[in-house]
This record gives sequence, C-alpha cells and structure tokens, in this order.
Amino acid sequence: MTTTEVPPITPEPQRRSRYKRNEISVTPWLFLIPAMLFFLVYVILPIFQSFNLSAYQWDGLGEKEYVGLSNYKELWDDPAFYTSLKNNLIWLVLYLLAIPAGLFIALFLNQTVTGIRIYKSLFFFPFVISQVVVGLVFTWFYDPTFGLLNSILGVVGLGPVNVLGDPTYVTYGIIAAGLWPQTAYCMILYLTGLNAVDPEQVEAARLDGAKGWKMLWYVIVPQLKPATFIAFVVTIVGALRSFDLISIMTNGGPFGESRVLSFYMFEVALSEYGFRMGYGAAIAVVLFLIMLCFIAYFLYSMYKEERGH
Amino acid sequence: MFPKPIEKSSRSVQIGYQSLLPVALILWLLPLIAVALFSVKPAADFSTGDYWNLPSKFGGWENYGKVFFESDMPRYLLNSILITVPTAIGAVALSCMAGFALGIYKFKANLWLFFMFVAGNFVPFQILMVPVRDLTLDLGLYNTKTGLVLFHIAFQTGFCTLFMRNFIKGLPFALIEAARVEGVAEWRIFVYVVLPLMKPAIAALMVLIFTFIWNDYFWAVVLTQGAESQPVTAGITSFNAQYRAAYHLMSAGAIVAALPPVAMFFLMQKHFIAGLTLGAVK
Repeated sequence: MTTTEVPPITPEPQRRSRYKRNEISVTPWLFLIPAMLFFLVYVILPIFQSFNLSAYQWDGLGEKEYVGLSNYKELWDDPAFYTSLKNNLIWLVLYLLAIPAGLFIALFLNQTVTGIRIYKSLFFFPFVISQVVVGLVFTWFYDPTFGLLNSILGVVGLGPVNVLGDPTYVTYGIIAAGLWPQTAYCMILYLTGLNAVDPEQVEAARLDGAKGWKMLWYVIVPQLKPATFIAFVVTIVGALRSFDLISIMTNGGPFGESRVLSFYMFEVALSEYGFRMGYGAAIAVVLFLIMLCFIAYFLYSMYKEERGH
Repeated sequence: MFPKPIEKSSRSVQIGYQSLLPVALILWLLPLIAVALFSVKPAADFSTGDYWNLPSKFGGWENYGKVFFESDMPRYLLNSILITVPTAIGAVALSCMAGFALGIYKFKANLWLFFMFVAGNFVPFQILMVPVRDLTLDLGLYNTKTGLVLFHIAFQTGFCTLFMRNFIKGLPFALIEAARVEGVAEWRIFVYVVLPLMKPAIAALMVLIFTFIWNDYFWAVVLTQGAESQPVTAGITSFNAQYRAAYHLMSAGAIVAALPPVAMFFLMQKHFIAGLTLGAVK
C-alpha cells in the first residue's frame, strides 16, 4: 500500500511531516488511487475510445481509416439495426414484467409456515444459475421434437410450436427465459422489503377497513419504494445487457430476427461475419446513449437521496 | 405483516396453502427438474426416443463420470475458479479502500467520483468491448486468465465501491472521530477501526462477485479462446459441440457448470441476499 512510509506512532506536533500536516486531505486520494486507476483504464477510457473508433473503418489488425460519420450513415439504412432496436424495445418493456411478477411471488411466499425458508431459497434458484445454463435449459424446454413445452401442448391438443425457429415468437421465447431468473431476483428484493414494512401501519390500515388490493396499493407498495427502485434499475440494466441468452439459444437467428443491439454489435465486430470494429463501435455508441438516459435518471434519483440526508 | 399471516385463517385455507407451495415450486423449477432428470437417464433411453419417462435405469454415475473424466470439463472448472477467486479478492480489496475514502472523507470531488463508479457499473459491455480487447492484446494477455481477471477486477470495482461506500456511511462516525482525537493515523483507523466492522460487507461482496464472475459469459468469449484459459460458461458450448445431441451428457455438463454458485448461495445465503439488495433494503 502507498501509505506504508507513515510512522506507526505519531511524532510530536512540531516536526510533523508534509504528509502528516495534510493527512486528512491526502489520505482519501491515496486510498482511491488503485481503484480509480483500474476503473479509468478499463471502464472510463474505453467508453471514449469507442466513441472515437466509431468514426473509423478498422478490421482490428491493419490501419485505421478515418471515415467521419459514415458508419452512422450506414446504420441509418441498415434493416438489421432496426430489427435489433425494435427487439431491444420489446426486451425493455416485457422485462419489466419481472417486477410485478416478483412482487406477486414474494407476497405468496411471505408467510411463516414451517419450511418456508427452503421454499424461498428454492424459488430464488434460477437467479444463481448462469444465463448460459438457463439458455440451454430453455432451448431444450422449447425443442419442437421432445421439449417439455410441446409435450404439454400436445396433451392439450395444440402445437407443436417451434418457438426458437419462428421469427414471430423467437424474441418472446427468449425474453420468457430471461424473465425466469429476473423474476427470482425481484422476488428476493421484495421479500426483504416486505420484512421492513411497518406492522403498525398495516394494523392501523386494517382497523380502517383497508384490505386486499387497496391495502397493497396504498399502504404496502409505497413502503416498498426502495426495493422497487433497485428492481427497476437491475431489470433495465439486465434488459439492455441481454446477450448470453440470445447467443446460446438462437445465435441471433432465425434470419437475424432475435438480434438485439448488444448481440448485433458483437456479431459485426467479432464473429465470423466480420471484424468491422468501427461499425461495431457505432452500434455500441447507440446502445450506450440509450443506457445513458437511464443512467442519468438513476444518478438523479440517487443525488436527490444524497441531498436529502 | 402483509399479507395476513396464514395462521390466522381457517384450517382449510392453511392446508390449501401448504399443499399449493410444493406444486408452485415444482412448476417454477420445471425446466430445471427436466434437465436434472435428463442428466441421470442412460444413453439408451434417448436412442429409443423415450425422453419423458422416468429413467429406465440410473445412469447418473456413467453420465457424470464421462463429464468429469472424459471431457475438458474439469479443466474449465479449474479455470473458472482461477478467474473467479482472484477477481473477488482484488475487487473487494480495491473497493474497501475506495469505499473508505468516499464514505469517510468530505472533499469536493467526493460525490462526483462516487457517481463515476456507479455510472460505470451500468454501462453496456459492448461500448467497452473493442478497446478492452485491444488493450488486453497489447498487454500480451489475450487468451489468458490474467487478462480476464484484470478486467473483471476493474469492472466489478464499480459495483463493490457503491456497496462499500454506502455500508461505511452507515457506520457510526463517532468511532472515527474518537480515534482521531486519540491521534491515531488515518491509515490505522482504516485497518484497525473500519476494516473489522466491514466483515459482513466483505463476505456479502465476495459471495456476490464469485457468482457474477462465475456466470460471466460475454467477456469469456471476448477475451479467451481455448480450453487452456476459458471458464466453464464458455467451455460448455464447446462441450456441447463435442457431445451434440447427447442430451444426457449435455444436461450433466450444464448441472456441473451451474452447481458451484448454487452451493455458494446455499452456504452463504444471508450474505448473498444482503449483497443483492445493496444493503439498501434492510
């Protein structure tokens, strides 16, 4: 550590070292330097480098060629870009279903019967498993020849549906797979939140005749606001990060219909289709700008919270 | 408590609830139960097209034996551990210090730096992908575990610092003031006063980062290629390519890959949940 030169015992005040005299103002920086260094090199600078790179044409090996805004112009006329953007919006909207679904399961499980702790942990299970495994599991679940979904549909006399092979269903199929772990996450947030709900308020509301939906909406949900905020943040971030499931379940197909921006960017920049780093960077910039709207909102909320204290 | 405690309802409602629980759980975990079932079915069941009956005989030993002794799976698992553990230690160490600086000291840039860590944490990976890959190539660390670890440490520091700073802010500041009055040097306050109080936060973050990094797939694909350095999430795709259509083996492989974080979660549940809720919801 950077502070080892400090003598362990404070010397008498007259002959204090430069460090000693400025201890309170210098120490935080010494403690911050390692984390800042890592974070700047690997996270902050690359953002700007990507912005810069999006103005070049580059195959990752040879010379970079400056092309100005032409990557963005190409993006403007690229149907695959619009498909990805549309799917991103579908992801964003439908992924938010994880929040009410998680709240619903949390309410269902918020009891004190014997063994409920195990049930809670087991309901949380899907979140702990890697998305790669979730993707595999759901690929087999949807399989048209032997998948569980079609076996069940077959019993009721429906199907078979090839969810992942059908351009109209594929995105919804993948989102359903993603909702599984995300709902589990929201559930655990709400379970912890429900623990902190003020019992006196609930009793008071009960005496006033509030129950059921009214109680939930006017008394419980307002108290769950911190949990809802975190659920909202992680769900939005999760929706825009969706990559693993798409890569595992369909690899963007069929006919590129399940691509989202994060996947399309990877495909353009690193897969067998191309090594077009500049064009990939341009897609990443668009994705980043979408995320930036949310980041600004998150930070604004946190800032208000900080000022409040 | 909301909803109304079930003990206060009639006997029949209680029985109804108690019997609904396992049914709901089985439905919820159905896709996973199916995979677990597949993983103990013998190969013969699949070749006769029998997918959904109970295993004709227990094939678990054979399937899992193949995964552990005849594939690259142990290699991938080891890689995953060698990537995950150093990352967890590194990120937690950096963020303990950064969190201390941001949580205890008042200086102008404090909130801005904090927000930088928070914002960076939400950034889409793709905006970092090309530059980070380049940097890793330039450092000669492409396709090495070290390259992956360095990036993971840096990125996870954002989340960890957010967590640590909030945790330290919640500690009684009087403790630090008392130590200062005693003339204790600042770095000793960190080591002897703050650090011991941070144990629960450190445990929570360790467990959480372990799970996040174990489950990472994107960076594994971007920064590594072969069996010598790929973690299990990336390895399982080549494993599946090797055993294409051998569903009993692919299922067993998937279970093996998923198990370590699951075990971690069950062992450290309390810490895990404290970490996930960011300590914000108590």
